[in-house]
Amino acid sequence: MLKLEWIDYLIMGVYFLFVLGIGWVLKKHMKNASAFLEAGRSMPAWVAGLAFISTNLGALEVMGMSGSGLKYGMLTTHFYWIGAIPAMIFLALFMMPFYYGSKARSVPEFLKLRYDEKTRGLNAILFAVMTILASGISMYALALLMNSVLGWDFNMSLWASAAIVLAYTYLGGLSSAIYNEVLQFFIIVIGLLPLVILSLMDVGGWGGLKEHLATPGVLPAGFAPDTWTTMWSHTGKATGNPMGVEWYGILFGLGFVLSFGYWCTNFLIVQRAMAAESKAAAIKVPLIGALPKMFIPFLIIVPGIVALVLLKDPASGFTLPVNEVGQPKYDYTIIALLQHYLPTGVLGLGITALLASFMSGMAGNVSAFNTVWTYDIYQSYIRPATNDKEADGKHYLTVGRVTTIVGVLLSIAAAYIAGKFGNIMDFLQTIFSMINAPLFAVIFLGMFWKRTTGHAAFVGLLGGFIIALLHHGLTIPHGANTMFKGGWIGVIHEYPVEMAQNFWTAIYAFSSSVILTVGLTYLTKQKKSDEELKGLVYSLTPRENVYVKEWYNKPVVLAAIVGIVCTVLTIMFW
Amino acid sequence: MGLDIRIPIGLMFSIFGVIITLYGFFTKANTELYNRSLHVNINIWMGVIMLVFGIFMLLLVKLAKKPKE
Repeated sequence: MLKLEWIDYLIMGVYFLFVLGIGWVLKKHMKNASAFLEAGRSMPAWVAGLAFISTNLGALEVMGMSGSGLKYGMLTTHFYWIGAIPAMIFLALFMMPFYYGSKARSVPEFLKLRYDEKTRGLNAILFAVMTILASGISMYALALLMNSVLGWDFNMSLWASAAIVLAYTYLGGLSSAIYNEVLQFFIIVIGLLPLVILSLMDVGGWGGLKEHLATPGVLPAGFAPDTWTTMWSHTGKATGNPMGVEWYGILFGLGFVLSFGYWCTNFLIVQRAMAAESKAAAIKVPLIGALPKMFIPFLIIVPGIVALVLLKDPASGFTLPVNEVGQPKYDYTIIALLQHYLPTGVLGLGITALLASFMSGMAGNVSAFNTVWTYDIYQSYIRPATNDKEADGKHYLTVGRVTTIVGVLLSIAAAYIAGKFGNIMDFLQTIFSMINAPLFAVIFLGMFWKRTTGHAAFVGLLGGFIIALLHHGLTIPHGANTMFKGGWIGVIHEYPVEMAQNFWTAIYAFSSSVILTVGLTYLTKQKKSDEELKGLVYSLTPRENVYVKEWYNKPVVLAAIVGIVCTVLTIMFW
Repeated sequence: MGLDIRIPIGLMFSIFGVIITLYGFFTKANTELYNRSLHVNINIWMGVIMLVFGIFMLLLVKLAKKPKE
């Protein structure tokens, strides 16, 4: 058990005061629904950009990715460089102009403007359910971690962390979530920094780490000695790397379908860019976010790789708890490392960093849920807007506030369900992850092909999802022992590992969605006129020549810098 | 939206910096405490880094305000 001293609690306490203080200061600005749910579209690009990346850096991401560092080594970096950067550049240059320019307040609302009501409804409801589940699962994971490592009471951790997030999102809405995400971003980076420095010092730097990993017996049998420190070198054959995927599976599954599906359509992420103060700022948001994103692997994956060396060296005294079947609990990697290296003082800072990552992820979920519920479900189906704009603004502000409370309570309920039926929650999360790939297909076709019709989009969205379900039901990863992992219809194919199955599920979902949408578009009539589609479709939107004075503010220049740095990093760790 | 986020960030890290540096200074002789961190007094190091970062953020705010006066 990890013992914290008064100084560690003092750091945590100061952090809580600042988080709540930011919410308190913003309270007086919350005059209508737009201020509360859209941050009044007033965020500077750098603030929204850091929030963009911070909300993605939730507790599950930090815990999961450092665990994956131990499990897969530098291959995990595929989730960052190939699996995020190209999609972020694409979102910035090609999609943000339409998301922002359409004046849509959410991704489902964009679907309504571009297609029709039923497409919006389907997406809004699935998104709302998925967001609550995701926030419940991460809340459960955090409370469990705090319980088993710090000995804090499970219920207390759960309710207290939820109460703090509720307090600052209730007070300041999306603005409060965004400003706090910026603060949290810096705490996560600075709080985990000593871990990177000390763990690398311990093994003798990157070169020393490579040598340690090459020692026989450290890596699982059958892998080349540099498998854990390279990204692409061993992806020629699925059996050559621990992820069990070939390079083309990574390139298309992760690099294209999964990453574009996540970064370009997930409202949780896109909402940050939509809150920017201008279209030019909105375009810059994902690019500014991409800069720190590229370096996060060094912060959380590299220490995870060091953990593998420590784990194999009995003299280090480093251990991970094991589960019922004797496998290490990979999610505990980061906290076990904090415990191993950090003395009282910076230890409090490290724990605060974990709490901050949890809060940034959860506040993101809550604020996105809020907006989708209030605008896309409540305003569309329960109480439509009236002619009185001012009264409406007040009314939907109240609804947004109440939704914040209800959303947090539902998340808490989901956390308890996750504790009781962990398998079912994992299963549901797998299922909901299947909506992203078809959603990307439909939004992409909608933005770049003016012919795409609403009926086709609806069927494409639903059909892609059903194909993904069928694929999951008909295939199974090697060694899976529950039907939650797949094969619940019958097994016609076996994948070497679960990740390969996920990649291929997404590829099937995306391809079938494209085929269905394109095919049906030719069979159905376009009901929207060109005038209605202006600002929503590439070919119907007049080019604006925005003159940007400073070279470093030009989106193309920023995108090129991001692209070059990412390429250099990839070559360095090839 | 009426809030310069650099102010709370600057203040918070300055406070963290002072607390952690002082703690590192007073526990300098405690070798047992710093066994974990490879005998490096990581508290003083991180404390100074945070203090510098915090002051830098506050300076940015000050510099941004000046031209308007």
